[in-house]
Amino acid sequence: MKAYVGTATSRVDGRAKVTGAAKYAGEFSAKGLAHGFVVEAAIPRGRIVRIDTHEALKVAGVLEVLTHVNRPPLADTDDAWKDEVAPEKGSTFRPVYDDRIKFNGQPIALVVAEDWETAKFAATRLYVEYEEEAFATDLESERDRATEVEQPHKPRGDAAAAMTRAAVRHEADYVLPNEHHNPMELFATTVVWDVGGKLAVHDKTQGVQNVHKFLCSVFGKKPDDIRVISPYVGGAFGSALRPQYQVVLATLAALALKRSVRVVLTRQQMYGLGYRPMTIERVALGAKPDGTLDVVTHEAVAVTSRYEDFSRNDTGWAEQLYKSPNSRSSHKLVHLDVSTPSDMRAPGAASGVCALECAMDELAIALKLDPIELRLKCYSDRDQSDDVPYTSKQLRECYARGAEAFGWSRRDPAPRSMRDGKELIGWGMATGVWEALQMPVAVRIVLTANGHAEISCAASDVGTGTYTIVAQVAADALGLPIENISVRLADSTLPQAPVEGGSWMAASSAHAVLGAAEEIRRELAGLAKAIPGSPLAELDAADVALADGMVASRTRKGAAVSIADVMRHSNLERIEKEKLNEFAEDKSHARNTHSAVFAEVKVDEELGVIRVTRVVSAIAAGRILNTKTGRSQIMGGVVWGIGMALHEETVMDHRFGRIMNPNFAEYHIPVNADVHDIDVIFVDEPDERINKLGIKGIGEIGIVGVPAAIANAVYHATGKRIRRFPITLDKLLE
Amino acid sequence: MNNFDYSRASDVSDAIRLLTADPGAKLIAGGTNLIDLMKENVERPSRLIDITRLPLRDIEETAGGGLRIGALVPNSDLAYHPLVEQRYPLLASAILAGASAQLRNMASVGGNLMQRTRCAYFYDTTTPCNKRSPGTGCSAIDGLNRNHAILGTSQSCIATNPSDMSVALAALGALVHIAGPSGQRTLALTDFHRLPDDKPHLDTNLGSGEIITAIELPAHGFARNFSYLKIRDRLSYAFALVSVAAALELEGNAISEARLALGGVAHKPWRSLEAEAALRGKAATPDHFGHAADLLLQGATARSHNGFKIELARRAIVRTLMQAANATPQSQAHKKIA
Ligand SMILES: Cc1cc2nc3c(=O)[nH]c(=O)nc-3n(C[C@H](O)[C@H](O)[C@H](O)COP(=O)(O)OP(=O)(O)OC[C@H]3O[C@@H](n4cnc5c(N)ncnc54)[C@H](O)[C@@H]3O)c2cc1C
Ligand code: SF4
Repeated sequence: MKAYVGTATSRVDGRAKVTGAAKYAGEFSAKGLAHGFVVEAAIPRGRIVRIDTHEALKVAGVLEVLTHVNRPPLADTDDAWKDEVAPEKGSTFRPVYDDRIKFNGQPIALVVAEDWETAKFAATRLYVEYEEEAFATDLESERDRATEVEQPHKPRGDAAAAMTRAAVRHEADYVLPNEHHNPMELFATTVVWDVGGKLAVHDKTQGVQNVHKFLCSVFGKKPDDIRVISPYVGGAFGSALRPQYQVVLATLAALALKRSVRVVLTRQQMYGLGYRPMTIERVALGAKPDGTLDVVTHEAVAVTSRYEDFSRNDTGWAEQLYKSPNSRSSHKLVHLDVSTPSDMRAPGAASGVCALECAMDELAIALKLDPIELRLKCYSDRDQSDDVPYTSKQLRECYARGAEAFGWSRRDPAPRSMRDGKELIGWGMATGVWEALQMPVAVRIVLTANGHAEISCAASDVGTGTYTIVAQVAADALGLPIENISVRLADSTLPQAPVEGGSWMAASSAHAVLGAAEEIRRELAGLAKAIPGSPLAELDAADVALADGMVASRTRKGAAVSIADVMRHSNLERIEKEKLNEFAEDKSHARNTHSAVFAEVKVDEELGVIRVTRVVSAIAAGRILNTKTGRSQIMGGVVWGIGMALHEETVMDHRFGRIMNPNFAEYHIPVNADVHDIDVIFVDEPDERINKLGIKGIGEIGIVGVPAAIANAVYHATGKRIRRFPITLDKLLE
Repeated sequence: MNNFDYSRASDVSDAIRLLTADPGAKLIAGGTNLIDLMKENVERPSRLIDITRLPLRDIEETAGGGLRIGALVPNSDLAYHPLVEQRYPLLASAILAGASAQLRNMASVGGNLMQRTRCAYFYDTTTPCNKRSPGTGCSAIDGLNRNHAILGTSQSCIATNPSDMSVALAALGALVHIAGPSGQRTLALTDFHRLPDDKPHLDTNLGSGEIITAIELPAHGFARNFSYLKIRDRLSYAFALVSVAAALELEGNAISEARLALGGVAHKPWRSLEAEAALRGKAATPDHFGHAADLLLQGATARSHNGFKIELARRAIVRTLMQAANATPQSQAHKKIA
């Protein structure tokens, strides 16, 4: 039987998704379902003096208006509100908890009515009196108030001295704006209330067990009282890692009304959730005359809220990736009257590596070196931060294969040197890097006598393809056709899984499947051997494999018993095994994915209109489980990278502390016309050390490096270095 | 969104009667702009008068050789109508530069003329805005005004009219047919939209109780030398930073007639007879086009974030005129600028 792993297997849930059979959180229904509409604060900071709900309650069909005044009890300690992904420092935001306003767009009331339209209408009949307080929402004007957060990276050598003696130096600020995830599916929760008071919570989330624990803790419930289900998620990209406020409000309303309640946020309201924080990334590079790096420093100043310290690794990549005897990095936060940022595809790296790779391009120009050559000069086969080798690192191959596919050798390095009629052509490249993480995940396999297996796990599939790769790995491990595998995910009662994020789910869930399948194999082997006259009787259990629906000898062809026969003989209807994956703790090697991204832009010389006409992304990320879903992941990352480079920006008016473009018409992401050829190359990267299957995960790596490659291409085309993203045409005309 | 009553108008006079009877009433056609604004509580009509069943869906030739287009003709139907494609390709091109295919299928001609500004403050009911709430002030003048007007602004409002279609209609010299309580009247398209002056809450000169019944195109369609160029922040599905409708009549390389209108720069499609006159009799050269651009942009003033629009508009005008002169009009399908 041919292995499924490594092939372009189509999504096993594809049909359910395109036919609408797949149900999303806001699509579940229940008898007597009530609908909640969120009312948001219109000021960024202060106190609610009064919420007048009289008019709203008079609207026919309105059931209740929940505010901090009349809400049912909620936990009152910070610990109780901490979810699995909450920042270490700070106190999680609590919706309709008290009269404090912490950010503009904060939920301050939930109007609950018989239908959504009524709730929405009644929300306009709510009168709120505020006591406003002075506020600040502008990172740049508050930059001086930044405070340093602790980061694991240790300084190397003497960066300051090295910078002074550097033959060639480059130092600049790169500014990346706030960006919102904008997943297609709106944030939604449907809480189905059961007569006994038990709640089935259908939530849009990347982690049902995270939400489950959080709700039990916030509402003082026993684990059995609440079940969280989220079988399909219409995109999340990090925005649904933490329980969002709508799940609290929907649960609160269900408990208050003893009814089933659904709360769906509007697109506009979703701008009150997390976001990629604006950062000012200051990168300084110093090189010796021969073009080797002598020093790199990277300082980030980022937005966070006043109530939580959110920070990610923006600044540690340079010192890990590139050989440089001296390095220093720091990450600073500015506390503003805004909601807490959150993880967004390749959090930290997308921004930090963007700045770093633009800076590397600028240094290469100063050194009159080809940008790839500069990177090869400081290429390192060891993680420079911890001074350990990588489990695998085929970045060199990425540069080579990517450059070859792109035609990099035909590049004239002089800016403005290549053109096509009225358009200037620019070619730029950048490196991408991300971590290869793995987390504890448990999987249960139930094998039934008819040769079917059900694989279940609490992990989510946020659109990435978890259903499919779990089915592929299970089919191979159990020796069954993929049609005989069904996968159940994202139910808090299923075996343990962390949130789906960080690109760790593929490796983690695949190895949990392997573990459970191995137990099944062992049991079947034992049973098969015990059958009277078994052709396997003499064999060691280790020499027996599962293949083609049979329990078969690895060594002796033809010696096999069908799984069905084994189970019939043993009088078994089913075999059930649950197993937690095991990864040996191993600090002796670094685990990373890498990429080389090449971009071509064409810029209308007079008008500044930019077209990204080609992108080649060469990825080294261990074994690719599924070349079809894998390619889609990378293409999605590239498209998003185009958006980061050219379009995306959450615009705030700091006089009001309000986001002014909270909708798809004004918050620009790339449309079809902005996306041209994308060539994804998976570089062969065997990795026998990282885990059994050699899997690294590819959820984030696709975006990293793309914005820098485009920015570098824009420079090459126009001779203009834009360091403030997004690169809009007005910046080229200035 | 507020609650509202709903009536379906049976004919034009019924629509006028319903409008006059309820000062809070609004007509609804495709709903692609009005419903959005209602969801944001910017528009709170007491009644919606559905005009989609009115017999205003015809495109007919007029006695004078022009075209009369019913107010309910969907934007897509208009753009792809054979007579429009052949005789008024500038109009077809401008429509196809706007919105998305789905929106154009829903959007009507009348609604397109009446669509409101995309100024972010206008959309956000928590901020001051003279257009939405007269007398509260203009948040854009000292705020986020990157997309705002550089021409014909006032101390009360610096918003732009977002329509692409109107820009082509202005260049082509279209007329707007209006029916109202006191009968029928006709306005030149260039007189239909207003400048903001001290009454920015009024976008147009349409009176209360009045309804657009049709637009009319004159016989001359400039089908040979024309172009519509829209510059925006992404390659499709974004409102114009600057757009240019250009149409030329050439005798050899000499310009006998020129039309030029700008979008995205003012409270109305921006035309200057002086600029057009300056081109008449001149050779179609970048220099002459540049001079016309300067005349058209005379008096342009920048605010804190929209200064780039002046130079951008100037370059876009020259480029569009060159496209028109060379008979290489900008394609709305291929985003490379001709
Ligand atoms: C996301 C998005 C992007 C867009 N991008 C663009 C773009 O790039 N370029 C562009 O030009 N447009 C764009 N549009 C706007 C679109 O063109 C308009 O929404 C559309 O033309 C309005 O037509 P409608 O029939 O739907 O109007 P409605 O929404 O039905 O009505 C709009 C207004 O017109 C009034 N009205 C309607 N018909 C009549 C009539 N016969 N007489 C008098 N008053 C009338 C209504 O009372 C209402 O006030 C975009 C819209 C959206 C939502
Ligand atoms: S520009 Fe006009 S629409 Fe915008 S805030 Fe000012 S008054 Fe309102």
